[in-house]
Amino acid sequence: MTNAFLYALAGGGLFTLGLHALVVHAHLLRKILAVNIMGSGVFLVLVALARRSGETASDPVPHAMVITGIVVTVSATALALALMLKLAGKSGHTVLPDKHSD
Amino acid sequence: MPTSLMAIDWGVIVILLPLSGGIVCVLWPAMSKPAGLITVIGVALAVAGLGWRIMENGAYRHAVGGWGAPLGIDLFADGLSLVMLVMTALVGLGISFYAKRYFSPRDAIRFWPIWLFLLAALNALFLSADIFNLYVTLEIIGLAAVALTALTGRIDALGGAMRYLLATLLGSLAYLLGVALLYHDAGSVDIATLAQRIEPNATVWAALGLMSTGLALKTALFPLSFWLPSAHASAPVPVSALLSALVVKTSFYILLRLWLEIFGAFAEGFSMLLGLLGAAAILWGSLQALRQTRIKLLVAYSTVAQIGYLFLIYPLASANNAMTAGIAAYLAFSHALAKSAMFLAAGNLMRFGGHDRIADLDRAVQRLPLTVAAFALAGVSIMGLPPSSGFVGKWLLLDAAISQGRWDLAAVMIIGGLLAAGYVFKVLGYAFTQAEAPHDAQAVPAGMQWAALLLAIGAILLGFMAPQIFALIHPDLTASADGAGTVWTA
Amino acid sequence: MNGSAWLPLMVVGSALLPGLIIFGLPEEKMRLRTVLNLAGASAKIIFTGWMLWGVYHGYQYEIRVAFLPGLDLILRADSLSLLFIALSSVLWLLTTVYAIGYLEGSPHRSRFFGFFSLCVTSTSGVAMSGNLITFLLFYELLTLVTYPLVVHRGTEAARRAGQIYLAYTIFGGALLLLGTVWLYSITGTLEFSPQGILYSLDKTYYPALIAIFALLIAGLGVKAALVPLHGWLPEAMVAPAPVSALLHAVAVVKAGAFGIVRVVYDIYGIDFAAALGVTTPLAVLAAATILYGSLRALAQDNLKRRLAFSTVSQVSYIILGVAIVGPLATIGGVVHLVHQGLMKITLFFCAGNLAETLGIHKVREMNGVGQRMPWTMAAFTLGAFGMIGVPPVAGFISKWYLGLGALEAGEHWVIPVLIGSSLLNAAYFLPILHRAWFRDPPDSWPVIRDTTRDFGDKETAWALLLPPVITALLALFAGLLASAWFSPLEWVQLIAQRAFYHP
Repeated sequence: MTNAFLYALAGGGLFTLGLHALVVHAHLLRKILAVNIMGSGVFLVLVALARRSGETASDPVPHAMVITGIVVTVSATALALALMLKLAGKSGHTVLPDKHSD
Repeated sequence: MPTSLMAIDWGVIVILLPLSGGIVCVLWPAMSKPAGLITVIGVALAVAGLGWRIMENGAYRHAVGGWGAPLGIDLFADGLSLVMLVMTALVGLGISFYAKRYFSPRDAIRFWPIWLFLLAALNALFLSADIFNLYVTLEIIGLAAVALTALTGRIDALGGAMRYLLATLLGSLAYLLGVALLYHDAGSVDIATLAQRIEPNATVWAALGLMSTGLALKTALFPLSFWLPSAHASAPVPVSALLSALVVKTSFYILLRLWLEIFGAFAEGFSMLLGLLGAAAILWGSLQALRQTRIKLLVAYSTVAQIGYLFLIYPLASANNAMTAGIAAYLAFSHALAKSAMFLAAGNLMRFGGHDRIADLDRAVQRLPLTVAAFALAGVSIMGLPPSSGFVGKWLLLDAAISQGRWDLAAVMIIGGLLAAGYVFKVLGYAFTQAEAPHDAQAVPAGMQWAALLLAIGAILLGFMAPQIFALIHPDLTASADGAGTVWTA
Repeated sequence: MNGSAWLPLMVVGSALLPGLIIFGLPEEKMRLRTVLNLAGASAKIIFTGWMLWGVYHGYQYEIRVAFLPGLDLILRADSLSLLFIALSSVLWLLTTVYAIGYLEGSPHRSRFFGFFSLCVTSTSGVAMSGNLITFLLFYELLTLVTYPLVVHRGTEAARRAGQIYLAYTIFGGALLLLGTVWLYSITGTLEFSPQGILYSLDKTYYPALIAIFALLIAGLGVKAALVPLHGWLPEAMVAPAPVSALLHAVAVVKAGAFGIVRVVYDIYGIDFAAALGVTTPLAVLAAATILYGSLRALAQDNLKRRLAFSTVSQVSYIILGVAIVGPLATIGGVVHLVHQGLMKITLFFCAGNLAETLGIHKVREMNGVGQRMPWTMAAFTLGAFGMIGVPPVAGFISKWYLGLGALEAGEHWVIPVLIGSSLLNAAYFLPILHRAWFRDPPDSWPVIRDTTRDFGDKETAWALLLPPVITALLALFAGLLASAWFSPLEWVQLIAQRAFYHP
């Protein structure tokens, strides 16, 4: 249980680190990576919390959730990268353009 | 309704039909437009079927694949879900007819499949019975919405879409983390089960905070609304309408469900916070809308303000869950109709003039009367003036606020209405006036004008149907406002 | 006895349907538009006459539909409603004829007449509201449908005038909404009842009720042009003359005054309101408005603006009559609803004639115009005499009853106000009459603004001439034949007897 709890904390830590990176960095690729790290953090929490005390087998439901989540994250990352490439192609930069540009 | 029709699993059709339609559009691009329209009409009919079934038999529950909760996925629809589905079907219908004429053939091929997938996901979300399925549908909606925003490939649309994508992913991940914590605490993701098992403790509070923050971000509640104006304003017009009318309502719906079923009993301080942010949203959004010189941004900021009204429900909610759900559903429906009409009308005005500057609308009232009428009627609902559904919603909130002594919220609502009048009539005033440099008008297809006008008329007509909507939510609601009772009848 | 529940709906519909159809008509379909307008106006008069007969004999006409949880929309024709409806029916017909003549050759007439009809629809709804929520609905609708009429000309000046108009009316509407919701949260009902709905409430609510009264009066006072909420009225003069005539005689200001009558008598109840102590401040405010409006009118050279301030002053007679607690004052105030309507619309029709035919907008341009346009100025003279209170024109009747009512209620301070106001009215109307009749006309009249209409030897188009003459005669007869069974005064006495002092 304590092991699992540590893993869960690590997942939370990843989430927080990813959040920080998402907000602070301007480069789009870094933002996308940050989101991925946040996702990994959440999955780690899910897997860690699946370990129940006093049982040998883990709870399969969170594992199923993680698999679904991975699929979703892959699609989202693909979309994000495609958008980023298009944006870079059009604007020449890989940062978010200013809001309400005329 | 004949029993044979009753026995059909309308809930499944409502999800599968647009999914199949989308696949058809991908495989046969030339058939996109007709396939899309037929599908949307089919979905509307299926929703009607589902509604009929619910009114005859009570809440609808279907175990997908024959496996039931808690391991399998259940589809569930009660009165609240039904109103949300009706809202999606009707607004989707109107926007589809607009989009039929709006997009160039090149863009249309991309629009229709993604829109149909979005529709499938929207319906699936409103039919979900467990919090993880809500996450999945939320993500599909988010990705589809982002893709639609970026459809035209223009640089401002790409920027808006990127910002939107990052915000929505952040929101979803926060929500998912909350789901993880809740599952760890209660051992289930089924909402009905959670409602019984959840007790307030540290884990649950953490989950509440995470999920609410994530959902608030996706609903663009002030101050987490930074992504909305650029996304909604730079997207193609029908997409803007979809985003403001339907997509932001999904995360609001989830938050409402969680609050009604699980958190409401012990989260009073939290309700205060949501109400405070809602009040701030009303004031900030309305002031920003007033400052705009371009029409789509004005309408987008108006969405930020209107979302604030939705969040005022939380501090004002009574012990009667059905009443709270009723008011929330009514407000959401009203805003969906009015805001979609407003965006579509704005799109018409832009196509007419070739620009989107408000000050140069140049006697649009005479040359595009249907469109200006649509904008005016939608504006009446947004301002909360009678006779409109916006007025009825505002009245219900004001009555609740004054009865509970919340004069601060009442004052905010009144001021919000005045500010809304300011920005709506800013547009209308210029539509009546001759601009300094008049320009020639471009033709706007009648179909697009009528789509906007019919949606706006819907917003007004809904104002006379409050008793019916409340009856859909819960049969006892029209009698009086007393009597507790959860919405969730298994 | 219950009359057909459909009649109130048909009265509203007789204005709504032509309006909606007219919106769809192309500009050139003048004939069809005229036919629709006149058909609707005539139908309304027929339905109104039917209901007048019915209510006189004790019938009730009511229709209800569920609107909000616990609140219905109610259309009900009682004696007070019918007073307002009858006035608006007759004046709608005449204003339609006038507007057809005035806007001859002007652009956007379909739009104009469409909103015109919607304005009448809203006024009918206001008149026949059976509870405060229905009243609020139609009252706000009136704001919305009069806005396009104010900005009709499409100029930048019109747009700005529209903004000012909206700023006042929407703000007033917000106050009215707040007061209504607050009232509903306390009482749980908003229905108009002869003794009011508040007399059984506990004393702890009294401060709230006073605050609600202030909110309601403020909200209604914007449209009724109570000082200091009157600012929109002179600005709205930029609208075409038929709009000014309709707004000032029939629709907007009367809706506000009518609302105040309803609130004081049918929500609060006159006795309860007096006990609460709110009637005296209202009376003082009305008196102040009467004097202020007249003083400002003195200083105006623009004819329509002078008439606008005169309206500000005159409508407060109605409010003064309502605020003085006594049957005679009630009669004086309520009958002035009709009398002021007839007289003021005459004056605005004439002002429109002067502007449209000769390009006259200012008083100093009116020298000798009585020789050129005798019928118009004759009508104007009758209207002006009525305003001053010269018998036998109707205005005298109203002032007489107001004075008697003030004495009956012991409010002697009102008498000097009435006298002062009459003197001020004389001060700003008599010079106009003197100029028109006794001075020599100039060599040429001012250039006509934007139309090139030439009436030749005729005074003006008959469509512009007939309505003011008719309304002037109506104003004269309302006063001359005030004791006849069909006069407005007799009907108002019926109202006072039926509704206000019913045991």
